[in-house]
Amino acid sequence: MARAHERPVYAYRRVAEQDATRVAYHPVVIVGAGPVGLAAALDCAVHGLPHVLLEAEDTVCEGSKAICFAKRSLEIFDRLGCGERLVNKGIVWNLGRVFFGERQIYAFNLAPEAGYQRPAFINLQQYYLEEYLIERLYELGSTDLRWRNTVTEVELCAEGVGLTVATPDGPYRMRCDYLIVADGARSPIRHLLGLSCRGQVFQDRFLIADVVMQADFPTERWFWFKPPFHSGQSALLHRQADNVWRIDFQLGWNVDPDEERRPERVMARIKAMLGEQIRFDLDWVSVYTFQCRRMERFQHAGRVFFVGDAAHQVSPFGARGANGGIQDVDNLIWKLALVVAGKAPAALLESYDAERIPAADENILNSTRSTDFITPKSEASRAFRDATLMLAEHYPFARRLVNSGRLSVPAMLRGSPLNTPDTEAFDSALGPGAPCADAPIQTATGEDWLLRQLGNRFTGIYFAAAHGRVAARSVEIIRALAGGAVPVTVRVVGERSLGKGLDGCGILDVAGLVRRRYGGSPGTFYLIRPDQHVCARWRRLELEPVRHALHRAFGQTQRHSEQIA
Amino acid sequence: MKPRRLNVAPRLACPDDFYQALLELHCGLTDEESRLANAKLILLLANHIGDQAVLDEALRIAREGLGEGLASAAERADSAVSSVIRAAVCRVTKERT
Repeated sequence: MARAHERPVYAYRRVAEQDATRVAYHPVVIVGAGPVGLAAALDCAVHGLPHVLLEAEDTVCEGSKAICFAKRSLEIFDRLGCGERLVNKGIVWNLGRVFFGERQIYAFNLAPEAGYQRPAFINLQQYYLEEYLIERLYELGSTDLRWRNTVTEVELCAEGVGLTVATPDGPYRMRCDYLIVADGARSPIRHLLGLSCRGQVFQDRFLIADVVMQADFPTERWFWFKPPFHSGQSALLHRQADNVWRIDFQLGWNVDPDEERRPERVMARIKAMLGEQIRFDLDWVSVYTFQCRRMERFQHAGRVFFVGDAAHQVSPFGARGANGGIQDVDNLIWKLALVVAGKAPAALLESYDAERIPAADENILNSTRSTDFITPKSEASRAFRDATLMLAEHYPFARRLVNSGRLSVPAMLRGSPLNTPDTEAFDSALGPGAPCADAPIQTATGEDWLLRQLGNRFTGIYFAAAHGRVAARSVEIIRALAGGAVPVTVRVVGERSLGKGLDGCGILDVAGLVRRRYGGSPGTFYLIRPDQHVCARWRRLELEPVRHALHRAFGQTQRHSEQIA
Repeated sequence: MKPRRLNVAPRLACPDDFYQALLELHCGLTDEESRLANAKLILLLANHIGDQAVLDEALRIAREGLGEGLASAAERADSAVSSVIRAAVCRVTKERT
């Protein structure tokens, strides 16, 4: 097979602690350098949290695995300093077409609403994502990244987590306060700890092929139900970077995976799909099954945190795997950084489960529903599926029932114990728990985007009056917040001129979209977490309510809020 | 018990006409085509009703007297849980759109 991509090899290096007689200690150890483990390391680096990243292999993944990265993931990667690189290499697509047999039954357009820096989705092969994250880690220079280091034993004790790590030079031991487990769906560490992951296994097999072709196919997502070239099943065609196209064929359960993987067999299938005249090279082939399941809890013994596929798995329809895992990391690391720095109680870490388990359930529910639609399990479900598709061609109501994947949206964290509920009416959906919406802005240094002003620390958005002046009393509160034990950096949004009275923190709402998206009448104040989710919001800025909400967001009133619940 | 929202009082002006039309829908269809016609009919009517609470009642009544085995009892317990999740997801979807 012709290869579209050469995998880089990262050299194993012996580290001093392999020779030391004393067991080395690290605050945080991350296991697994896939997209989620790499994002975790980057987030630790950005927060100045010392960490070690252990990876059993010495290269990036082979072939296309995750391909579709959602806007929220790109915003998180922007916060980690590598979003631009991913978007530049990725393919932006907006148009999706749905076919039933020979006929196109409808098309949908995901064209993003104007006024967001990032598109709804990009398609990018996972190996590129991993390479770029690794480059960024080396650029930041604070990750102790150890290739060909495989964890073979995990020991939980009162003082922390003990690890035995196998290397080409033999095993060594280390100890950490917190272990982040990002070792994938099969998670060897989950097995070492005897923890289970429960849910549904689907009796179906899918063939993925990456092909390289110089064809004039448009950059669109094409999904076939009952494709004419592949009897009775479904198929998906999606473009990635470098003229690589990803094709998924549903095979059914009663096939021989080894037989289906044979290049001649795959080539014949693809020719039937693309037509005999299209020239292409087969780059990579794999047959997979999938599951929709999760662990009962993602935090174990207070010190071990499961993230990404190690914690929860979904079907591939909807791009909810990697995108969900990246949100896990976004949620966890700022909390860990505050706890390790002694600025927040360990109770804050319990909110990881409280926030991410409902998010995982939402992803599992959506991807299970897509799977039930795409691969009907009974005569009745097949009849409803086909009836829906038949109606969809002429009756728009039925298009909303067609489910070829409900694409990943960020978790709203609505029931989070860290939220302080609204006490006033807002005409904005950005309630407590919601991820902040982006908008074009201008600062003293030029044109910019709102999300680039938020994140990695607690921030506030204060909406000034139209003339841009901020009352002396509010200036005092903003200064007090900036000088707290955990400082809150407040940005002042002005409509016509940069907020006056506070130097260097003014934001000009050039398109009026900040005000519209946040319902920002003059005096409105939003308190924002380091992961860019809203903690609380008020129509008037007062110091005490903000301090109270900040305490709650630190997990300091968690027990109290549980009693209320 | 919550008040019934599904109207189960006699409503059809000419029930025999409707019943005949329903049977005629299936004239000359294979079993598979009949299944499809029934499914299309249900989808059209459900969209016309457009009220999940009414549909839930109809779904529950449709199931009465059928599949009374142990497995189905377990399924019903599951569906109670899933309707809670479904309500939550619906809420989310509405707020986003």
